[in-house]
Amino acid sequence: MKRTMLTGAICILATMTIAGEVAPDDVVFSEYGEVEKSLSGLEGDPTTGKEIMVARGKGNCIACHQVTALEEFPFHGEVGPTLDGIAERRNAAELRGIVANAKMTYDGTIMPAFYKVSGFTRPGDAFTGNAADGPLSPLLTAQEIEDVVAYLQTLSE
Amino acid sequence: MKTFVQGGVMALALTTGMQVGADEAANLVINGETEITVRTEAPEHLDNLSKIYSGWIFRSDETQALQMDDFDNPGMIFVDQGRDAWAVAEGSEGKACADCHNEPESLADARATYPKWNDEAEEVRTLAMQINGCRTEQMGAEAWKYDGSDMLNMEALLSSVGRGTPINVAIDGPAQSMWEQGRDLYYTRTGQLDLSCANCHEDNYGNYIRADHLSQGQINGFPVYRLKNAKLNGAHSRFKGCVRDTRAETYGVGSEEFIALELYVASRGNGLSVEGPSVRN
Ligand code: HEC
Ligand code: HEC
Ligand code: HEC
Repeated sequence: MKRTMLTGAICILATMTIAGEVAPDDVVFSEYGEVEKSLSGLEGDPTTGKEIMVARGKGNCIACHQVTALEEFPFHGEVGPTLDGIAERRNAAELRGIVANAKMTYDGTIMPAFYKVSGFTRPGDAFTGNAADGPLSPLLTAQEIEDVVAYLQTLSE
Repeated sequence: MKTFVQGGVMALALTTGMQVGADEAANLVINGETEITVRTEAPEHLDNLSKIYSGWIFRSDETQALQMDDFDNPGMIFVDQGRDAWAVAEGSEGKACADCHNEPESLADARATYPKWNDEAEEVRTLAMQINGCRTEQMGAEAWKYDGSDMLNMEALLSSVGRGTPINVAIDGPAQSMWEQGRDLYYTRTGQLDLSCANCHEDNYGNYIRADHLSQGQINGFPVYRLKNAKLNGAHSRFKGCVRDTRAETYGVGSEEFIALELYVASRGNGLSVEGPSVRN
């Protein structure tokens, strides 16, 4: 008992060290799933965002979405809609909300929540198949979410 | 890492981001004589699908072709190994499968009806459990490892002699509660990706997810020879890989959960043909 309380305390300290960052459990979603403020407190970098979109160990967004501007990176899946021109259909708050936890925008969607650490059934230790040992990290960090949102905002027709 | 390398090789071969198409309208006839039902009406218990499809139809033309002739099917080597083991006497009783069952063809209907309730043991048995039942109870021999090569070879033999037989797994009577447990597992979203079997294999079959062409995740083709690892693979090992890919803690091969899931998934294929050992990528 004492031990768990202690590790809990250490974790809180660890997450608190990043100033201005909103922790995954503290993200405030609007009724329609939008998140107004930057999760990291900083601007996103679209170049890094692009790398995260295509990396299998990171966003791997193209596993489900076709994006013409990312054609040099095979392969693009067809589970979700194309993201071509998304910047014209969705503003930053909507995009941030969708990437952080798409279920707040689309009830029951297959799209994973990239900034969420609790409420899962049998969470594992990444792709090992073993039980998670200790608290989960979000699939993407607060800054990585901002980077992806910044990249999505470059996708106009 | 491995997937990155593979992706790179494929990208070079194709030079575009386009996927390799599959002929979803193709029909499967093995050795020019055994007709395999690869698409049919969904069984009545399935509310969300009107048609069911074998995983074979979602594979590339080249992979499809490997299953059309036993000389090309790399899984058939293991059928031969199973046939050798069939005649080997083992255990305290000094008996072989052949001593009690004559030819493997006498068990041609077995693959299609398993998992199945066993009255004497009062449990649902997968084909692997039944084979081990014969080994430990009838032969006085040691059980084979679940999804190990001896077991998969024997399952491949019993599947091969049953090819073309419609899957007909019973879901009522004493098996019903386990079937319901399996159905619950099928629709439960697991892991940090929060995905259920149904999210991929019911809602999205026919769609590509990255480079993978999603099938309905049927098990009428098991054991499956995978080009990816160049060996036979059991259904539970496949389930394990799919659960792991949701970033979840998996269940064990041979666990009660996977026996229940196998019963349920098998019943989703009622009406498709036994086609193991099948070939997949
Ligand atoms: C497992 C598949 C999957 C993955 C992985 C995925 N998405 Fe999605 N996404 C979907 C689906 C499906 C929808 C449509 C919502 C629905 O109907 O469920 C969607 C919707 C969206 C939308 C809204 C589209 C619109 O037209 O309004 C955006 C933006 C989006 N996704 C971005 C991303 C980004 C960025 C990533 C990677 C960080 C990502 N998605 C990863 C499946 C996925
Ligand atoms: C000493 C006799 C004996 C030997 C040896 C034996 N079995 Fe059996 N087997 C039986 C009997 C009796 C049954 C039916 C009773 C039961 O369900 O347990 C059976 C049932 C089966 C069934 C289920 C058939 C069905 O339609 O449900 C399979 C499959 C099977 N055996 C496979 C094997 C294999 C493979 C071997 C060798 C590894 C083997 N048996 C060795 C006696 C034997
Ligand atoms: C993220 C998507 C995803 C989820 C979730 C998923 N699978 Fe799969 N599964 C795949 C992919 C991709 C393949 C390989 C291509 C194919 O056959 O669909 C596959 C293959 C299979 C196969 C092999 C089919 C064949 O014909 O050889 C089976 C069986 C299977 N899955 C069962 C399951 C079960 C049971 C679950 C739930 C415990 C599950 N899958 C969850 C993506 C998924």
